[in-house]
Amino acid sequence: MEKLINILESLNPGVDYQNVTTLIDEHYLDSLTILSLVAEIEDEFDITIPTVEIIPDNFNSASALHKMIERLSEED
Amino acid sequence: MVNYCNTLYFLIFLPIVILIYNITPKKHRPKILLLASYIFFFSISGKLIIFLIFSSLSIHHFGLWLESIKSERDEILKNVQKEDKKEIKITYKKKEKRIIILAILIHLGLLVFFKYTKFFGININNLLAQLKVNYQIPLPKLLIPIGISFYTLEAISYIIDVAREKIKPEKNLMSLALYLSFFPKTVEGPISRYEDLKESLNAGEKTTYKSLCFGAQRILYGLIKKVVVADRLNILVKSIFSMSEFSNGGIVALGTIAYTIQLYMDFSGTMDVVIGSAEIFNIRLKENFRQPFFSKSISEFWSRWHITLGTWFKDYIFYPVSLSKPMKKLTTILRRHLGNHFGPLIAGSVALFLVWLANGLWHGAAWTFVFFGMYHFFFIIIANITEPLVNKFYCVTHINRENIIVKTIRIIKTTIIVLIGELFFRADRFKTALAMFNALITKFDFRVIMSKDIFNFGIDKLDFIIVIITLVFVFVISILKEKNINIRKILSTWQKPLRWLIFYILIFYLIIFGAYGMNYTPVDPMYANF
Repeated sequence: MEKLINILESLNPGVDYQNVTTLIDEHYLDSLTILSLVAEIEDEFDITIPTVEIIPDNFNSASALHKMIERLSEED
Repeated sequence: MVNYCNTLYFLIFLPIVILIYNITPKKHRPKILLLASYIFFFSISGKLIIFLIFSSLSIHHFGLWLESIKSERDEILKNVQKEDKKEIKITYKKKEKRIIILAILIHLGLLVFFKYTKFFGININNLLAQLKVNYQIPLPKLLIPIGISFYTLEAISYIIDVAREKIKPEKNLMSLALYLSFFPKTVEGPISRYEDLKESLNAGEKTTYKSLCFGAQRILYGLIKKVVVADRLNILVKSIFSMSEFSNGGIVALGTIAYTIQLYMDFSGTMDVVIGSAEIFNIRLKENFRQPFFSKSISEFWSRWHITLGTWFKDYIFYPVSLSKPMKKLTTILRRHLGNHFGPLIAGSVALFLVWLANGLWHGAAWTFVFFGMYHFFFIIIANITEPLVNKFYCVTHINRENIIVKTIRIIKTTIIVLIGELFFRADRFKTALAMFNALITKFDFRVIMSKDIFNFGIDKLDFIIVIITLVFVFVISILKEKNINIRKILSTWQKPLRWLIFYILIFYLIIFGAYGMNYTPVDPMYANF
């Protein structure tokens, strides 16, 4: 989780990633940041994020992102 | 019956369907909806219903085909070593890809055939004429199945979602047929996803007092927007956009503003009728508008206007392109050299270009629509490129971008960009649009808008007053919605006599001030033509 928070901080600083649950709904993450985020997560966690996973439910909070990463790591 | 806002639909067709639906046993109700939907479609497009039925059969078949491939793959995977699994997965992924491409080609092919044959023909003929070739391709007179632009996108999303294993393929053909044809959304959407509608379409939930009241309220609100405002402005817009010469930019501005209001009131009003109609059957369709004219940027505007089209493009074009293998590679390399902001910009821009080209062409086969798409692409790209600079500006000047004055300026700026885009969108020809734009910039005279000249375009002073009063009413409702205040919920807590008094006022307002009858021509929903 810490690794993920660091990635988010580096891409888009100044957001309380521990608590915010509306990263997409409130436009904290725009589509370009999501492209960087996906590339960064794939590199860091050695997983592939399929397009079907790019939905607000998976990207609205750090914990939702973390759950997705764990799930995809298990599937791989 | 193409118009959801005519009496034949909401006083005869809809009540009869509601009645038959509710006296039918629960398990057979979806069949009633399917039958009603086919009758509705047939009443507009006649024999062309065959294409709608074909699309239903097609996605049913492709869904099951994909499932059989996946089952075969899973069976094989059970019996192989771990190191061989990857190879098998890749082989089957390729097989699936071929099926998806075939399905998309069939559905998109039909859409292109119906919508763009004439466009291609005209352009080829123009080219032949320019090359002085003494031959012209005969242009076919094709009738287009109503709503083909909408149900084709729904069909494609179903197949891709099955392939992505987002949804299970549907074995029940009737369920898929109802998904594509459900009558409230046939003509103008909202573009729906099977996963969102599956349950409620097949539930056969009885109409309750609450669903009937909420649905009827929504229909009434939509009718006021469409019949009182949009249809009233139609003659003014038509008169201005069909002028042979544009000698005054003020008149062009009036026409452009009137058209933008007309389009919004027409489309969002019809959406209210559509969503309200579905709500009576306890079926929740997706919202297509979220107060777009409160947007502070063009990309925000498009996340509030025709939302279901925007999300479709995002899910099935933007992310698949920008996150494709070559684009991901490119993003990774560029991020190392250009940083987090400019790194993904190229991949994002390529995907955005395709999205906006598709958006323009989806609206119709004409160069004005292509320009319309590219125009928005340009402003979104400019905003993306200049974002760090703009952020720095706010930071250095200590200006709070959420400040009411700054917000208002940003809203006005966005609205002006939208208005100019709509001018090109509405003009019959690109040449006309350029002449209008030229008049707007070089011959602008504000006085004409304040003079009696504005009554020369088919609507009088009373019409203007009615439009303004109704717009104020819609504006107040929009502000409340923007503040997340649930107006219908609040209304339902009021005393019954007061509630009914308000409904009666609105009903009589619609009957008295609706733009129908002898002096007005009925106007079909504008997005039905796209």
